[in-house]
Amino acid sequence: MKVSLFSTCLVDMIQADIGIATVELLERLGCDVDFPEGQICCGQPTFNSGYLKQTIPAMKRMIDAFEKSEYVVSPSGSCTYMLHEYQEIFKDDPVYGPKAKVLAEKSYELTQFIVEVLGIEDVGANFKGKVTYHPSCHMTRLLGVETPPLTLLKNVKNLEYVELPYKEYCCGFGGTFSVKMGRISEKIVDEKVEHVKETGAEYLTGADFGCLMNIQGRMERIGVPVKAVHIAHILNSR
Amino acid sequence: MAIKTKFAEDQFKIRVEKKINDAFMRGAVANATDTINGRKRQLIFEMGNWEDWRSHGEEIRHHVLENLDYYLFQFSENVAKNGGHVFFAKDAAEANRYIKEVVQKKNAKKIIKAKSMVTEEIGMNDSLEEIGCEVVESDLGEYILQLDDKDPPSHIVVPTLHKNKDQMRAVFKRKLNYEGTSKPEELALMARKVLRKKFLEADVGVIGCNFAIAETGSTTLVTNEGNADLVADLPETLIVCMGMERIVPTFEEMEVLVGLLTRSAVGQKLTSYVTNLTGPRREGEVDGPEEFHVVIVDNGRSDILGTEFQPVLQCIRCAACINICPVYRHIGGHAYGSIYPGPIGIVLTPLLDGYEDNEELPYASTLCGACTEVCPVKIPLHELIRRHRDIVVERGSKKAPFMEKMMMKAISTGISNPSLYNMASRMAFSAVKPLTSDGKITKGIGPLKEWTDSKNLPRPNKERFRDWFKKHKGGAR
Repeated sequence: MKVSLFSTCLVDMIQADIGIATVELLERLGCDVDFPEGQICCGQPTFNSGYLKQTIPAMKRMIDAFEKSEYVVSPSGSCTYMLHEYQEIFKDDPVYGPKAKVLAEKSYELTQFIVEVLGIEDVGANFKGKVTYHPSCHMTRLLGVETPPLTLLKNVKNLEYVELPYKEYCCGFGGTFSVKMGRISEKIVDEKVEHVKETGAEYLTGADFGCLMNIQGRMERIGVPVKAVHIAHILNSR
Repeated sequence: MAIKTKFAEDQFKIRVEKKINDAFMRGAVANATDTINGRKRQLIFEMGNWEDWRSHGEEIRHHVLENLDYYLFQFSENVAKNGGHVFFAKDAAEANRYIKEVVQKKNAKKIIKAKSMVTEEIGMNDSLEEIGCEVVESDLGEYILQLDDKDPPSHIVVPTLHKNKDQMRAVFKRKLNYEGTSKPEELALMARKVLRKKFLEADVGVIGCNFAIAETGSTTLVTNEGNADLVADLPETLIVCMGMERIVPTFEEMEVLVGLLTRSAVGQKLTSYVTNLTGPRREGEVDGPEEFHVVIVDNGRSDILGTEFQPVLQCIRCAACINICPVYRHIGGHAYGSIYPGPIGIVLTPLLDGYEDNEELPYASTLCGACTEVCPVKIPLHELIRRHRDIVVERGSKKAPFMEKMMMKAISTGISNPSLYNMASRMAFSAVKPLTSDGKITKGIGPLKEWTDSKNLPRPNKERFRDWFKKHKGGAR
C-alpha cells in the first residue's frame, strides 16, 4: 500500500526520530512510504492564533503537496485533524474546497491508519515497561480517534499498560497557548504531571508530540523521572 | 456592576497572576467542579441517549432563534393577555430606566431579588441604589457576595464558587455579627433569619428567567432554595428580567431544556423548585403580585442574530462549559473580568461589550474542545473562541506584543515558502545553541521565554527528518 507521510513541522524540525520510527513501522507493516517534499506545516499554529488569512497559502500548499497521494498518514492526531479542518476553511473555495474534501477523506492519524485501514491490531512490537497514555484533546474530541492507540498498545509484548487518571483533561499545551499564557499552561500541566505520577508508570506515551513535549518539558524541569515517548517509538520497538 | 466586573480594571495577565496564586480559590473551584461533573456524568449515563437529547436541545434553540421575532411577539401578546406589562429594552440604560420608573411609581424603597444574570449584566442593583432603594439578593450565594462588599460572582450558576465555607462564615461574622460555625446548615439558617424579614418587607420583587414560554406568556426560573417563589409571591409588584433569547415555544420544549439545564448545571435530575409564573394574581387567588412586568433585554443580542456567532444565543446558561474548562479551573471566574466567565464568557463578552477591552479573552483557551463536547445545546464554543481571535487580529490588536505579531507573520510566511522554511529549519539547531544546556533549551528569549520559564524545550534536530528521509530513500518524490 502506498502511503504518504505527513511528518508535521515539529517532527521535521525538532524530533526527527518520531518520523523515522513512523517510517520504519509503516514499512515493516508492508507500506511503501513516500514523503512529498512540498509539505511544510498544516498551519495550525497561526490559524489557531487568529491569523486565518495569513495561513491560507500554507494550507493550500499542503493540499497541493498531497494531491497525488493515496493515503496521508501522520504521527499526530492534532495535525491530522487540521487537515480535516481544511474542508470547513475552504468550503466556499471552488478550487480548493473539493480538493480539501479529498484530502480529508484520505488523511489518517498513524494508529488510526494501522487499525482502521491496514486492519492490524498487533504490530508485533516488544516494549518492556509500565506505560501510561495521554489521549490528546484534538485527537480524541475533534478527530474522534480514541481506541486505536489503546488497541495497539495493549498488544505490545511486555508492555504493562496503566490508565492515566483524568486522562481526558487537557495537558495545557494548546499550541501557541503555551507561549502566550505560559503561567496558566504551567498550572494545567502540573495537574497532568501529578496524574502521571499517580500511575507509577515509567513511560508516558501519546500520539501528539506537542502535548508530549509540553508534559515532558515540565517533568524534566521539576525532576519527575517519567520519560515521554511517542507511540510510534513504542510500536516500532522490537 | 455591569457585564464587566471591578476586576477588569487590571490587564488580563495581571488578573491571572493575582488569581493563579490563590490556592484557596483554586482548591475550591477544583473541588466544586469535580463534584458537579462527577454527578452529571452519572446522571447522563443513567438517562441514556445523551447525544440525542443534546441534538434535541440544539434543535429547539435553533428553531427559536430562527423564529425569534415570531415567538417574542406571541410571548408579549400572551403576557399582556394575562394582565402583565411587557417592556422591550434596547440596552441596559433603557432597561434600568423602565425598572426605576416602575419602582418610583410605587414609591418603593425595598427590593428583593431572585437569581438573574441579566440584571447583573445591566447593573440593575447599582441603578436602583442610586435612587435610594435597598436591593437585597435572596439567592444564598448572591446574598453572600452582596454582603461581602459586592464581591462579583465568579460563576453563572454557583456565584460563590471561589469561596469556601470558612470564608463565607467570615463574611457573616463581619457583616451580621454571626457567631456560629461554618456548617452550611447553620450558615443557611442565619441567612434565612435575615432574609425572611426582607421578603416580608419588600415592595418590589425582581426575578430572573431561564425560559419564557411563548404559548402561555409564562416565565420559568429554576432554583434550589425556593426563594424565587417568595420573591414572586410576597411583594405587590413583580419585575421579571430576561435576555431576549430566553424564549421557548411551549411548556413541552421548556421541559426538555430544563432537564438539560439542571443535569448540566448542577448534576441534578431536577432542581428543588421550578418556578413558573403566569401574569399577576387573578381573582380568587391568595397570593402573587398585583402588578406583573416583564423586561425583555436586548443589550447587543439582536446584533448577534444572523451572524456567525448566532449559536452563542442558544446558550441556556448551564455553565457546563465553565465547569469543564481547564483554564477556568486554574484561574477562577474573577480573572475573566466579566460576569460571564469561562468559554461561554469568552464568546459572549466581546460580543456584548465590544472587542476593545476584551481582546485578550479569546486567548484564554487551550482550544481543547471540552466545552463544545459538554454543551447541552451543542454550541461550537471552541470554534467561536478561535473565530474571535481572527477578528482581534483583523482589527489590528493594540495589546498584542510587537514580537508576537512579527513572529506570527514570520511563521505564516515561513510555512508557505519552502526556501524560507529550509533556511530557517536548517539554521534552527545552531541558532538556539546559546539558549541550550544539556541538550535542552532552558532559557528562552522572546516568545519562547514563557515556555522556558516553567518547562524545558527540546533542541531542534541537527539533521531534519526530511534530510534523513532523502538519504533513507535515496531521493524523495
